[in-house]
Amino acid sequence: MADHAGVAGGDEVDLDRRKFLTRATIATGAVGAVFAAVPFIESWNPSERARAAGAPVSFDLSKLEPGQMAIPVWRRQPIYVVRRTPDMVARIAGHDTDLKDPGSLNSDQPPYAKNTLRSRSAEFLVLVGICTHLGCLPKQRFAAGELYPSWPGGFFCPCHGSRFDLAGRVFDGSPASINLRVPPYSYPKEHLLLVGSDEKGAA
Amino acid sequence: MTVKTATGAAGKKGFWPWLNKRLPVDKFLADQVTEYYAPKNFNIWYFFGSLALAVLVLQLVTGIFLTMFYKPGETTAFDSVQFIMREVDWGWLIRYLHSTGASFFFIVVYLHMFRAFLYGSYKPPRELLWLIGMAVYLALMAEAFMGYVLPWGNMSFWGAQVIVNLFGTIPGIGPDLVLWIRGDYGIADSTLNRFFSLHVAAVPLVILGLVALHLVALHEVGSNNPDGIEIKEKLGADGKPLDGIPFHPYYTVKDLFGVAVFLVLVAIVVFFVPSFGGLFLEAPNYEPANPLSTPEHIAPVWYFTPFYAILRAVPDQRMGALLMLIAVMAFLFVPWLDRSPVKSMRYRGWMSRGALALFVVSFIALGYLGMQPAEGLYVMLARIFATVYFAFFFLMPIYTKLDRVKPVPERVVYHAH
Repeated sequence: MADHAGVAGGDEVDLDRRKFLTRATIATGAVGAVFAAVPFIESWNPSERARAAGAPVSFDLSKLEPGQMAIPVWRRQPIYVVRRTPDMVARIAGHDTDLKDPGSLNSDQPPYAKNTLRSRSAEFLVLVGICTHLGCLPKQRFAAGELYPSWPGGFFCPCHGSRFDLAGRVFDGSPASINLRVPPYSYPKEHLLLVGSDEKGAA
Repeated sequence: MTVKTATGAAGKKGFWPWLNKRLPVDKFLADQVTEYYAPKNFNIWYFFGSLALAVLVLQLVTGIFLTMFYKPGETTAFDSVQFIMREVDWGWLIRYLHSTGASFFFIVVYLHMFRAFLYGSYKPPRELLWLIGMAVYLALMAEAFMGYVLPWGNMSFWGAQVIVNLFGTIPGIGPDLVLWIRGDYGIADSTLNRFFSLHVAAVPLVILGLVALHLVALHEVGSNNPDGIEIKEKLGADGKPLDGIPFHPYYTVKDLFGVAVFLVLVAIVVFFVPSFGGLFLEAPNYEPANPLSTPEHIAPVWYFTPFYAILRAVPDQRMGALLMLIAVMAFLFVPWLDRSPVKSMRYRGWMSRGALALFVVSFIALGYLGMQPAEGLYVMLARIFATVYFAFFFLMPIYTKLDRVKPVPERVVYHAH
């Protein structure tokens, strides 16, 4: 039949053409597979509901006595809010040489907390209460000498023994490498702390 | 007449010939079991492969039944496990079989891996067999970790927190990766549900596939043996290995006996010490997950503690996570690190034997230290044993080459009982 004439005439297979077509098909298929994988991979992102539940939270600072700590929750993370006494603030100085990152150069905090006290004001310390090592909750050990004679007061992680001072700065010899994180926060009104939102907007 | 469609290859009638013409049952059994020749000198160390298969079946069956009663979800998971334990008829037995089975899986797998070190079973031509086995081990670790999260006890929660945060130490993408794995800003409902899906469907399928590959590869190259001699190199007049015996009935019977003894041990644990003094089921997990209260002392289940001890021994989280990863992955390179001309420890010298002994001691010591608090002497000891652990792998090309080996006999050493 006429349709087969071409086939019968072309006995030789063009192997280069076949190889090219095979490779082009595989490449196109692979690109398609990558695109098809995107929805499945992105389904693991925080859902709309989780993101909505991650909105900023406010906390009334007037409830806090000097020397006390409160733990509001923001984005499922405990936020350590400490009202430091002048004595506690004084105990933040004097041990810079024992710290891994005294100037918070490699640590994670908003620019207004990138200072020795790691806070907007000396009085209130706001930290993410999750150990930067592997995520346990450091415990408060605020009294001087509570862990050992030269202990200036701070936080101690019971899981792997990381130690932080009263500004959340990590001590040498701790498995954690960076200081406790500081969340974005602001004071929209007096005595009102808003965690998760600052001048740059909501985190 | 040509209408005898229901006849076998030899033209015989009956169901079996009919079946075999359509499904190669006889051929498969002959190739893999009745005419698969295994070395005749297997000893007690050769029980653990078939035992691993037996635990896999135990875990699949008990797991399927647990899934019928367990309810994943932040608010339902813990209660549904209590429901299984207290209100489902025999629920406690099914759950204890599953939790005990998990620990026994690792006991069996660790002994199976030790056997490979003892007799050089990873050496050529069995490198790929070893790699597939290691893939099974890695999948098993993932499976066990995610299974441990499901009861949603406080140790489940904090164990998940610590392990998932390990991914956060990856430079650059770490924090985003952790958010993606959890599907929330903390370990949450979303995390629990995806772990459940992976634990009951995805990872078991991967494990089954890898186990099938492991067996296909094993039957292609043939089993090693305590003498480390290739039995295929000495064939009889009939073309069968002189030192081989058919897997069935010889080893099927032997392995069944092993399974019987093994099940007695499982039963003792299940009925008398199901939590095994906190080693198989940890006390803080009898408390529901509480994101605002870390248990006083976090330790994974015993089978992960050697690696956990290494993680904690390093005073830097990124280095610690990296060393832990290397500690697990080092096993993959053993076929190429071992330069000894002989396989079995029977014919190796004091260096290889001593190194293996030190490794076993350090693995057990790290396992113990990983359960202790990370302070003072414990950390110091963990650093020492971690050094021994890594030296075993990274000095292997040197000491296996320097080692003085004994001549290997022509045929396997075997005394009839």
